[in-house]
Amino acid sequence: MTEPLLTAESVTKRFEGFIALSDVGFVMHPGERVGLIGPNGSGKSTFVNCLTGVYRSDAGAIRFDGHDITGMPSWLRCKQGLVRTYQIPRPFRGMTVQQNIEVPLRFTAGHTSARELARRAQEILDKVGLIDSARLNPKRLSQVELRKLELARAIAAAPKMLIADEAMAGLSESEVDEILELLHTLNSDGLSILLIEHIMRAVMSFSQRVIVIVAGRKIADGLPDEVMRMDEVERAYLGE
Amino acid sequence: MTTNTLAEPERSPSTGLLAIRADVLILISGVGLVILTMLLSGRISEYYFLAAYTILQFVVLGTAWNILGGYGGYINFGTAGFFAIGCYTTVVLIKLGPMPLAVSMAAAAIVAALVGLGTGYLTLRLRGVYFSIATLALAIVLQTLVINWTFVGGARGIYVIRPAVSGIFSSYVQLILVMMIGLTTVSLIIARAVERSWIGIGLAAIRDDEGAAETCGVPSLRLKLIATTLSGALMGLAGSLFPYFVTYVDPATAFGLPIAVNSIAMPLIGGTATWWGPVVGALLLGSTQQILTVTISSAANLFIVGLLLVAFLIVAPRGVVGLVRDWQARRE
Repeated sequence: MTEPLLTAESVTKRFEGFIALSDVGFVMHPGERVGLIGPNGSGKSTFVNCLTGVYRSDAGAIRFDGHDITGMPSWLRCKQGLVRTYQIPRPFRGMTVQQNIEVPLRFTAGHTSARELARRAQEILDKVGLIDSARLNPKRLSQVELRKLELARAIAAAPKMLIADEAMAGLSESEVDEILELLHTLNSDGLSILLIEHIMRAVMSFSQRVIVIVAGRKIADGLPDEVMRMDEVERAYLGE
Repeated sequence: MTTNTLAEPERSPSTGLLAIRADVLILISGVGLVILTMLLSGRISEYYFLAAYTILQFVVLGTAWNILGGYGGYINFGTAGFFAIGCYTTVVLIKLGPMPLAVSMAAAAIVAALVGLGTGYLTLRLRGVYFSIATLALAIVLQTLVINWTFVGGARGIYVIRPAVSGIFSSYVQLILVMMIGLTTVSLIIARAVERSWIGIGLAAIRDDEGAAETCGVPSLRLKLIATTLSGALMGLAGSLFPYFVTYVDPATAFGLPIAVNSIAMPLIGGTATWWGPVVGALLLGSTQQILTVTISSAANLFIVGLLLVAFLIVAPRGVVGLVRDWQARRE
């Protein structure tokens, strides 16, 4: 197999006395689709925050694309190609939809001319199906459109790996399919995707591999069907 | 996320032709004002020059405040501190010996920029109200230092004698007004350039959501440091001319509440989203204050500023700029 794109070794995060993540290890390869699941409060978002630099891990090491990024600020991780979306969409509300896309295009992908920025932003908006909303304020977007805007902004940063944090939460069945299709398209372009999701249908259909975090510990890492049959996983979701 | 919820600005799309026109317009206005000052000298009361100087001083201060507070959403309560740094840098240089005005201004800009950079480095990890309180504390610390520094007059203050002027200028007031017009022109060109550059776009993203901006690749600390440095330098420059304007400087005036309050109120009333918001706010509020000073009392100034600020925050939280944009949107 190829060299891993991302390697997290023994990542630990404490909040005062509370251990939110304990010794979590994880490897992701280029072009892979991985699902990350776990009950509410299990530490999934904390793990994502440690990977993307929102939190500094208290112990452990993270390597991405051949670089040690453990102490790197999040904006530099983004420039390296490690990009995320947020569980609750966080658009720049003082800007139009297109201007939202232009921020990562300018800061991460290195586009500088206004014409080039606009052209590339419109390409991305077209890809995610938001081209007609380019001049709107994000306040006027529906929930699924906000999710698409999050994804579009992430794509604009020219990522090598995308962490989609509950990109389908609160969406209808057909909207979930829309987002899944979009994620599949991005993956087919070579993008590695880590999908954090509660919608099991989406995780099972999308992921080549699933990892499970429960109470801050990784308890499973394997093929989706195998992982879902594991007693430990069943207990975590359904109880004893 | 920062706590700048007072205004909800929107960036306007880039328009190349208009961009050139605005820069040229600022420059032409500056040159026009200089010519007017030269032509009117001796023909009108010097009071008008002093009033114009005061209004332009607030255009510079409001513009400088807006670079960090308006574009970046970080509310700086310490404007008077940076203004006083510029002011007292000039005083120190005057005490050391005869000093060309340009040298005083350059030194004031450098000192205030360095203090801005240092303050930013120490405080910009704080967000929202904590940052604002830290900037207020900076002004108080600086004022305490100056009060106890006898070399610059301490609490008693110090008199500054205006040097004689020669050449094309007929009075020192005329000279410093011309310098202030130049400074205003430069400040507006800088503010506009910042607004439309990658720095402005990054600061706008920071203002809306700093965490999201960081994860989009925006180096927030670096941009905020650029903003505090630039903002500090411009405030210091405005202060550097002040000793020659008032001829008597004391801490109560240099660090005065009117400086801090007006610098925040003018951009908020004009609108924080664009470079011209603070100009509108300063012209509106500054002119009103001057009229009140000569018709009622200078004591009414801050009272009126307070009333106008409250009224605008309730009726038009995005300032005059917001009102204009809403009107344009309705027409479209």
